[in-house]
Amino acid sequence: MATRGFTGRRPAAADVQRLPPGQHETHDFPVLSHGPTPHVALANWRFTLSHGPKPLASWSWDEFNALPQTRWSGDIHCVTTWSKFDTQWQGVAIDDLLAAAGVTAPTPFVLARSHDGYDTNVPFADLTAGRAMIATRFDGAPLASEHGGPARLLVPHLYFWKSAKWIEGLRFTARDEAGFWELRGYHMRGDPWREQRYTNDP
Amino acid sequence: MSSTPLWQSAAIASVQVRTPRLKSIFLRAELEQHLAGQHVDVRLTADDGYQARRSYSIASAPGAALVELAIERLDDGEVSPYFHDVAEPGDAIELLGPIGRHFVWRPDDAGPLLLVAGGSGVVPLLAMLRQRAQLGVTVPALLLYSAREWGELAFADELQGYEDSDPALRIRFVTTRGPAQRAQDLTQRLDASSLAQQLAGWGHAPRAAYVCGATRFVETIADALVRCGVDVGAIRTERYGGVG
Repeated sequence: MATRGFTGRRPAAADVQRLPPGQHETHDFPVLSHGPTPHVALANWRFTLSHGPKPLASWSWDEFNALPQTRWSGDIHCVTTWSKFDTQWQGVAIDDLLAAAGVTAPTPFVLARSHDGYDTNVPFADLTAGRAMIATRFDGAPLASEHGGPARLLVPHLYFWKSAKWIEGLRFTARDEAGFWELRGYHMRGDPWREQRYTNDP
Repeated sequence: MSSTPLWQSAAIASVQVRTPRLKSIFLRAELEQHLAGQHVDVRLTADDGYQARRSYSIASAPGAALVELAIERLDDGEVSPYFHDVAEPGDAIELLGPIGRHFVWRPDDAGPLLLVAGGSGVVPLLAMLRQRAQLGVTVPALLLYSAREWGELAFADELQGYEDSDPALRIRFVTTRGPAQRAQDLTQRLDASSLAQQLAGWGHAPRAAYVCGATRFVETIADALVRCGVDVGAIRTERYGGVG
């Protein structure tokens, strides 16, 4: 059904392949969060890997930053339809975290948990094999608090609500447990290329 | 969980200018009844099949005969200029929704209720106040609504009407670059100290706070509310930014 008089603004030919369906490019870096921005003091910051309630490993800020560093550059996609190209991130790959902890994934499901009580579920398969990191730097500078600093999850191949801001840990769960937005109408996996925005999307 | 979401055709019933930059689009649509604060996704299709989709908050009260969207014109936007320059009664667009179950208010939610709007961020809060007025909800409520000048405060007359007939509702308009119209209104930008003053003058501690506006505005207000002692878990935010 064509909309009378709507012509739209096509992305440049070079960008067509980079834009998942229903997305458009933005040059800003919009902020979306469900509540106030927490300001997490580095002295109190900890990151914990756990299996259910049982901690597997835990790092202070200094310990965390001594782990091997990974850089990633590419495009990110928000469910509210903006995409941002060529973002640059630095942090610790999830693979390196598990290696440092000396553990292998005890379950196939993960709940990423944040300092402000936010959580979001991500299958472990989406976090491993170099596909995700705990990011502490954006565009060469420490990650600003409104964008999730001091540290956020980065899973750039899924919609960006999965990249939990102000992360405090990853918890392996026996089942695929819905997180904050997943309980409120959003998709359990969130693949932008399959346009998995809302609960009922295929 | 199994059914595929359906885009629905919705006919534009009327278009109303609210301010020079804000237009209300009234739609005939068969949506499931929404909750105040929810949004819909809108989809437009060009002749060659190219599509654009955006999310817009619903301005109408749940149960209203027509779905009202109030859309701000972003000059460099792709979709909002269509609604401002092209859309006419009789045209059809597509809708999906209602969507979102966090930034929502239900009439039996506990008060006191604090609403803070920056610019077109008033839209989902308006849906809440319209439903409150319809149902005669009496928990204490305060709306702080900020824009650059009086002429940019969409729905100001309607809101004053609610305030006049509802002793538990208090409204303060904030105009940051123009004069106030009423003695009780503010011309000082909302920040931690002016917010603290407003909360003290109101005399209630909010049990629920909804803040909606541009990113910078929402960051400032949400931070200030935390510093004013409002429980972090009571503050819900919705930020507009970077979408057109």
